[in-house]
Amino acid sequence: MNKIYRVNMKDLTCKIEEVPAAWAGLGGRGLTSTIVAAEVPPTCHPLGPNNKLVFAPGLLAGTAASQSGRMSAGAKSPLTGTIKESNAGGTSAQSFAKLGIKAMIIEGQPAEGKLYELHVNNDGVTFHDASALKGKQNFDVVDAMNAKYSPKIGVVTIGVPGEERMKAANISVKDPDQKLRSHGRGGLGAVMGSKGVKVITIDDSAGSKVEIADPEKFRAAAKVFAKAMLDHPVTGEGLPIYGTTVLINIINEAGGLPTKNFRYGTCEHHDKVSGETLHDVIAGRGGSTKHGCHPGCIIQCSQVYVDENKEYITSGFEYETIWGLGINCMIEDLDDCARIDNAMDNIGIDSIEGAVILGTAMEAGMIPWGDGKECLRVMNEEIGKATPFGRILGNGTKSVGDAYGLTRVAVVKGQAIPAYDPRTIKGIGVTYAMSTMGADHTAGYAIATNILQVGGHVDPLKKDGQVELSRNLCIATAAVDSTGMCIFVAFPALDIAECLPSLIDMINARYGINLSGDDVTELGKTIMKTEKAFNDAAGFSKADDRLPEFFEYEPLPPHNLVWDFTGEELDEFWNF
Amino acid sequence: MKITVKLFAGFRNDRFKVDDLEFPENATVADVLGALKINEPELGVAMINGRHVAKDQVLKGGETLSLFPKVGGG
Ligand code: SF4
Repeated sequence: MNKIYRVNMKDLTCKIEEVPAAWAGLGGRGLTSTIVAAEVPPTCHPLGPNNKLVFAPGLLAGTAASQSGRMSAGAKSPLTGTIKESNAGGTSAQSFAKLGIKAMIIEGQPAEGKLYELHVNNDGVTFHDASALKGKQNFDVVDAMNAKYSPKIGVVTIGVPGEERMKAANISVKDPDQKLRSHGRGGLGAVMGSKGVKVITIDDSAGSKVEIADPEKFRAAAKVFAKAMLDHPVTGEGLPIYGTTVLINIINEAGGLPTKNFRYGTCEHHDKVSGETLHDVIAGRGGSTKHGCHPGCIIQCSQVYVDENKEYITSGFEYETIWGLGINCMIEDLDDCARIDNAMDNIGIDSIEGAVILGTAMEAGMIPWGDGKECLRVMNEEIGKATPFGRILGNGTKSVGDAYGLTRVAVVKGQAIPAYDPRTIKGIGVTYAMSTMGADHTAGYAIATNILQVGGHVDPLKKDGQVELSRNLCIATAAVDSTGMCIFVAFPALDIAECLPSLIDMINARYGINLSGDDVTELGKTIMKTEKAFNDAAGFSKADDRLPEFFEYEPLPPHNLVWDFTGEELDEFWNF
Repeated sequence: MKITVKLFAGFRNDRFKVDDLEFPENATVADVLGALKINEPELGVAMINGRHVAKDQVLKGGETLSLFPKVGGG
């Protein structure tokens, strides 16, 4: 990976540049955040000509390492106003690696209203008029590109909410089964829309295998790493059988499952939408309970959800989405939840933000609680068609709260809080507050240690040790996000001693370098500090590193706890 | 004494979802695992009334004990 593609949407040119020495050791989030921090003015309008949209595969993309095919997208986020990285599965990272593209930077803006397809191959990028795709949603775009090229073509696309620059719009990436995975969070679809890019097609047929500096060492390390994935009970057994939705019941038992827009910590109908039930429904109907979001995933946490006639409804049906619809919006019918999930994939709305948007619209009285059919209509007919009501929703949870004068609005830095209540799972609350990207559970997944007892145990109900826990997890995650590995490698990494060293060995063998474990921790710290410096320069301060006030005065049943960290306690997070 | 035992994920296979079971006084979480033929290393999380407990936790009677194998997500 020795090329940077620099795409200018103002004059429709692509320059192929060499990789600057300072970027050579970076990939994934480490690279997108470094480029955004270096080249985007922090105070710029996220939808204006000075923002840049950066795609970068991880350091191990294109190799035989399992779990290594995640693609990072970065920019200044229109949803949060902070720096943003969001990574996704699909086939784009491996294609970029084959083509030797270390990063693609999309800058500038075309004449008003123009829409383009960017076609990426070994020679660079060509620009094609995409006005025929205007108003089309993602699955139609995928079909059109498959017809234009072949089903092998890589596709990265936005739906109408992205075209219309709504802040909850995501960027979708075709997966190996012609379905979609998403760069979900932070409204990066709106940034792509603001650049006039409707779709990116990737032809990697003239690419080559990625070169490995020390193939023997790489093979040996890859074997140890894959064994750790298969040996750990969570990645080897729990995730492939039940998927991430297994969390519904355990978070419910712990009293931290946000219910009816964050009113309660347990939900009576939890088992109707639990991972156990999801597994039984899929297995009973003949869908597939295991599925990988990219070639080379051996964990396979994903699944294909079908209806009673075995017709596809959705895939990549994750815990956070099922929580958001099934519990937080009180939609008890799993089929309804699956149809809404598919609609969000199709129109291109982040499925976490989208679910919390619906819950907040219910809070506002605009949709009846639990009405799955109405939610499906709102997705397709209001948000998907960019009606005035749809725009209020499509601009995010905060937008709904502002429009209807609500106080129970679960966001940090404008981004929706996902499926774990911070009042009873305090470690994740610290991550929500302090993350450089707004509320994001993956930034430092304290659930592992607070609830699942992976990597030790820190009592979720008490404040002790939570800031340190969250800080350490955030630093480690920033480093892992640079490798291009999916986040679930963290479970074996926290418990199996050989796992992390084998990951570092793979990076060393791939590039012929000599990183140590400490170097990797330092990399994580540097990435976080780079991101924070961007946010500070964009106008963020300590006062933004806080949870919404209602968590401080509404005790959450059944433990009846409130969020009780002081500002000073939280600010210790940055003491490293 | 009576303990309400809730099982999750793979622990439900060939067992039950929820059941009221009788145990002798001073039984521990480990004793419940033994009675259910669950190997101790398979246990991921045990909670009593929504709070994490260790395997040697002594039961008082009347509690709800929730048992999970090693699972995760995110
Ligand atoms: S475990 Fe899940 S998220 Fe990770 S690579 Fe596999 S399918 Fe994708």
